[in-house]
Amino acid sequence: MTNKTIESLDRVVIRFAGDSGDGMQLTGDRFTSDTATMGNDLSTLPNFPAEIRAPQGTLPGVSSFQLHFADHDVLTPGDAPDVLVAMNPAALRANLRDLPRGATIIANTDEFTTRALAKVGYASNPLEDGSLESYHVHAVALTSMTVDALAEFDLTRKEKERAKNMFALGLLSWMYTRPTDATEAFLATKFGSKPEILAANVKALAAGFNYGETTEDFASSYAVAPAPMPAGTYRNITGNVALSLGLVAAAHRSGLPLVLGSYPITPASDILHTLAGLKRHGVTTMQAEDEIAGIGMALGASFGGALGVTTTSGPGVALKSETIGLAVSLELPLVIVDVQRGGPSTGLPTKTEQADLLQAMFGRNGESPVPIIAPQTPSDCFAAAMDAVRIATAYRTPVFLLSDGYLANGSEPWLVPEVADLPDLSVEFATAPNGVDDAGAPVFQPYLRDPETLARPWAVPGTAGLEHRIGGIEKADVTGNISYDPDNHDLMTRLRQAKVDGITVPDVEVDDPSGDARVLVLGWGSTYGPVFAAVRALRRQGHAVARAHLRHLNPFPGNLGEVLRSYDRVIVPEMNLGQLALLLRAKYLVDVRSHTAVRGLPFTTTELAEVVGAALEELS
Amino acid sequence: MTITDHLARHGLAGVPLLEADAPKQTKKDFTSDQEVRWCPGCGDYVILAAVQSFLPELGLKRENITFVSGIGCSSRFPYYLNTFGMHSIHGRAPTIATGLATSRPDQSVWVVTGDGDALSIGGNHLIHAMRRNVNLTILLFNNQIYGLTKGQYSPTSKVGQVTKSSPMGAVDQPFNPVSLALGAEASFVGRVMESDRPSMMATLRAAAEHRGTALVEIYQNCPIFNDGAFEKIKDRSEQEARLVRLEAGQPVRVGAEDARRVLVRTPGGALEFVPEDQADPTAYVVHDPYAEDPSQAFALSRLDSPEMTSVPVGIFRQVERPTYDDQVRAQVAGAQDAAGGPATDADLAALLRGKDTWTVA
Repeated sequence: MTNKTIESLDRVVIRFAGDSGDGMQLTGDRFTSDTATMGNDLSTLPNFPAEIRAPQGTLPGVSSFQLHFADHDVLTPGDAPDVLVAMNPAALRANLRDLPRGATIIANTDEFTTRALAKVGYASNPLEDGSLESYHVHAVALTSMTVDALAEFDLTRKEKERAKNMFALGLLSWMYTRPTDATEAFLATKFGSKPEILAANVKALAAGFNYGETTEDFASSYAVAPAPMPAGTYRNITGNVALSLGLVAAAHRSGLPLVLGSYPITPASDILHTLAGLKRHGVTTMQAEDEIAGIGMALGASFGGALGVTTTSGPGVALKSETIGLAVSLELPLVIVDVQRGGPSTGLPTKTEQADLLQAMFGRNGESPVPIIAPQTPSDCFAAAMDAVRIATAYRTPVFLLSDGYLANGSEPWLVPEVADLPDLSVEFATAPNGVDDAGAPVFQPYLRDPETLARPWAVPGTAGLEHRIGGIEKADVTGNISYDPDNHDLMTRLRQAKVDGITVPDVEVDDPSGDARVLVLGWGSTYGPVFAAVRALRRQGHAVARAHLRHLNPFPGNLGEVLRSYDRVIVPEMNLGQLALLLRAKYLVDVRSHTAVRGLPFTTTELAEVVGAALEELS
Repeated sequence: MTITDHLARHGLAGVPLLEADAPKQTKKDFTSDQEVRWCPGCGDYVILAAVQSFLPELGLKRENITFVSGIGCSSRFPYYLNTFGMHSIHGRAPTIATGLATSRPDQSVWVVTGDGDALSIGGNHLIHAMRRNVNLTILLFNNQIYGLTKGQYSPTSKVGQVTKSSPMGAVDQPFNPVSLALGAEASFVGRVMESDRPSMMATLRAAAEHRGTALVEIYQNCPIFNDGAFEKIKDRSEQEARLVRLEAGQPVRVGAEDARRVLVRTPGGALEFVPEDQADPTAYVVHDPYAEDPSQAFALSRLDSPEMTSVPVGIFRQVERPTYDDQVRAQVAGAQDAAGGPATDADLAALLRGKDTWTVA
């Protein structure tokens, strides 16, 4: 179809950047979907402002979407883009510093007006003044070419201009030899009720593709071969969707109805949206009047024998803390999803951070232990959600699922599991009295524990003979009656702690292929990708480096202390000021070294490789 | 309306009844083995006894009744009832009750709360439960004081009330709980006095039968920190002249037979009590708790004043509108029915695959 050459590449990082109203997230999503279908492994990083339409053409208004795809296993969204699509001067200015020399820039010249340039502090046009001479610049009149291509359409100029993101997508699709049929099908669904808009978008997409093929500005296109991946059926999935599906699958496998109580908050709201659309799967969602009501509704549903879940981000967790404490005292199953974002206070609503670990661990009054699980990649949110439900139901305890903004919005291919292979999470409710009173009559003792798990019975309303009262006041061991007895409180406090400490979690696995490593890099949550990629880069250079990843933050795996003590140096990178490091030092008396950054973005591979490299040097 | 419709709109629709041949329940069946720990003379004892006597009337199994409470003296209530119960945290009982009522249509769900719990720390949840019209019966014990924390002014304390935390008198304007509930779109609002057992039993009965949120304010005396707050309307010699007993379909009257006054609407639209023998019968205000428009019920609630000159009690409003929990369940059930029943493994597999998959061989 084209006479131009096709060059092969093993990996590409593309960043689409424009105004927050330019449709960059959609463009990125579509390119990702087409890329996934091509069989490449990939990882994405959306990055957008908190404002829905920040002032046009300004630096704070820039929204971007980065995609890393390759013919091999991809671990991160990529440190630096090979290609930047800049829809306006602000997009160029905001992203240029991340671009290595030699990278390609595709700039929409129509938006590089004197006024738009001045708005972001450009005295002259960088596309013309030579300041970009170490980059490959393609100056493309994206807007006007889109409008020209749509001349025949009965649409306003503004409506025509709005299709420019499809022109850009078409051009990039040609450049990287991606098919556009899936995007056309997507547009048909999105604009099905507006045939004129639909036809215009499809036309703009084709026009962009054809422009790449015909213009002399682009000498060749590129192909990235499929990555070798385990056999099976794949889909591309974001963390928030994977987490939602994990909860639904867990409810299905436990036989419990899923009841979500939630209040909208960035970046967790997509879980509420996703679950609200899954009523067909027996999912009940209640949008509450506030964060506290959201968790209250979930806890009320759990009391009634449902799988109660609440979803939020850090500020919401602060509001829910008292109810989490109540759930600790009631010993009822409850899943609290915290999609962490930059803090404190409102902080950075759309940016990622891992600074709620200590809040999840300790952010309640009294001794109030709560298990914590953190997913490591977007698709892993599925399995982590199922694991959270396992612990919550088996041990009758609230459980924290600590995702973050990067996992929530980032995406990657996911090998869709077979339903039959998913863990069996069936639960047993109490059905009959479990004790006798002084007179020998059968009674129900709501705090008589299972000797193995220390879980108390889950006795739901509607079960005859099990009528009982529970509450947040300290309860007597076994009977659950109000008790202010000093020894009983000491006992109950230790029992609640012992129950959480005794939760079965798998040992942490250490990846140390040579067995010679003296340095261990320990990650948790979304640092998995960057840590693995950095370690892989160092190994390629011939260094021996060990790597391990924590999924269970409370309780820690049983072998963790031994693992930490078997290395000369343990490095813990975190997107906070050293919260996991603090816990590790306190518990294991090991002098772990923190590497921290709270820039609202995931670590880059380069940065971590340098940090670990420096440690290797010190020890040599 | 057909009988079926009517039954579906009964507050207890969906809750299983006692078998016809089951032994008759008594107050004792609803009394737990826990020692009641309120102060001697507390109005809560009277309310507890009334509720324990009333519950057998419902004809429900004990396991299908759940009481949820918040924090405060009144919130100890669930411990003393042999039903399912949760003593939760301050102000949040309506949220927990909403979650339970929505996920368990077979439960008769009750909330017990006080003026501080419901109107101060839990004000937000109370108004939202009422606007949603969740099928709950909320008993709001109003003693116009914080009792459990030992005597601070509450959101229903009178302006000028001297308490431990208001030594120079409270400056806060109090809430009128009935006005608040009517403003919050409540579909059932009643008020009773703890000492008036027949009226309490009748109002509890109507509240339990109401489908949707029923708010019953119960004037309750705190003998330790606010003794005598309701003395003017409890005292036999004054009560008749002050207590306005609302009766559906009847003119609103107050006072003994020889001093009977009736409520009229003045030409300016205001409500005013005038001696019955001087009143124009066409101007009588006839109480209509079933009116869609809550304005007259609201106007009645405003007859109240700190001086307790005319205090309306009874059912202010009792209207039918769809309940939150019924509608939430109907959406889930509708989605499941439309898809051919509860999700199977195959349905879950299809959900996990999504719409855009590819296969690696």
